[in-house]
Amino acid sequence: MDLLAIAFYVLAAVTVGSALAVVSARSPVHSVLFLILSFFSAAGLFVLLGAEFLAMLLVVVYVGAVAVLFLFVVMMLDVDFASLRTGFSRYLPIGALVAAILLTEMILVSGAVADKGAASLPRVPLAAGVSNVEQIGRVLYTDYIYFFQAAGLVLLTAMIGAIVLTLRHKPGVKRQVIADQTARTPKTGFKIVTVKSGEGVGE
Amino acid sequence: MSPDAAHGIGLTHYLTVAAILFTIGVFGIFVNRRNIIVILMAIELILLAVNINLVAFSTYLHDVTGQIYAMFVLTVAAAEAAVGLAILVTFFRNRGDIAVDDASMMKG
Repeated sequence: MDLLAIAFYVLAAVTVGSALAVVSARSPVHSVLFLILSFFSAAGLFVLLGAEFLAMLLVVVYVGAVAVLFLFVVMMLDVDFASLRTGFSRYLPIGALVAAILLTEMILVSGAVADKGAASLPRVPLAAGVSNVEQIGRVLYTDYIYFFQAAGLVLLTAMIGAIVLTLRHKPGVKRQVIADQTARTPKTGFKIVTVKSGEGVGE
Repeated sequence: MSPDAAHGIGLTHYLTVAAILFTIGVFGIFVNRRNIIVILMAIELILLAVNINLVAFSTYLHDVTGQIYAMFVLTVAAAEAAVGLAILVTFFRNRGDIAVDDASMMKG
């Protein structure tokens, strides 16, 4: 067994083990941390497959953004997570049954399909001396440019949606209204009064 | 970037890992029915399994298109996580709890 096989088995075991910990951990904070570990080892599997760019993307986007987002939300919500675990043992048998059937079916299919169908297509020879990033760039920015733009729109929509959903205006908070500030003229900004001696300015 | 049949690790191995991950995700949705945060994380696991499948096929077919699809899946997954968590925060503000069983406001 050479180094590559050892690396595959270690990364696969860590990915699967931490994925199990994600769904069975008592505290959601632990779940998020195991999710990070799972994505990290999956990125290692991507490197083994030769998809370095996607591996780095997985680390940057998932470990750097999505997992931290999860962590923030979990820590922000003051919820009794123990009460949410009721029913865990009740749904365990049916969940395990469905999972076992699903797993058996998928492994059977993946074993059967590994040398048939799309996997038996003739391999397209890659241009020699071209890195993974360059290959992706060559295809992504030519054949898939409209999909790439659409992906940007999806992200923009998600960003606007998340902001609209979570933004709230508390009443009674003094805010800076820049439009009002710049709309001020000397006429509305101040007034000149003649003060009689001994009376001061009323009001 | 070579198909690693010589190392004893083939396409089937990666497909099996992806299948196990997918199953764990589905199992997580089953057993954590009330905890929507863990359900969202289980969905992320399922999408990761899909990505491993896409990248494995992409490598073994020597076609980079699979990796581009995986990138789009990643994009949609990130957007879904952001909107899902935003809905969760709004739901928590309105109800003071995140138990999904009680989420029947829109039943009409």
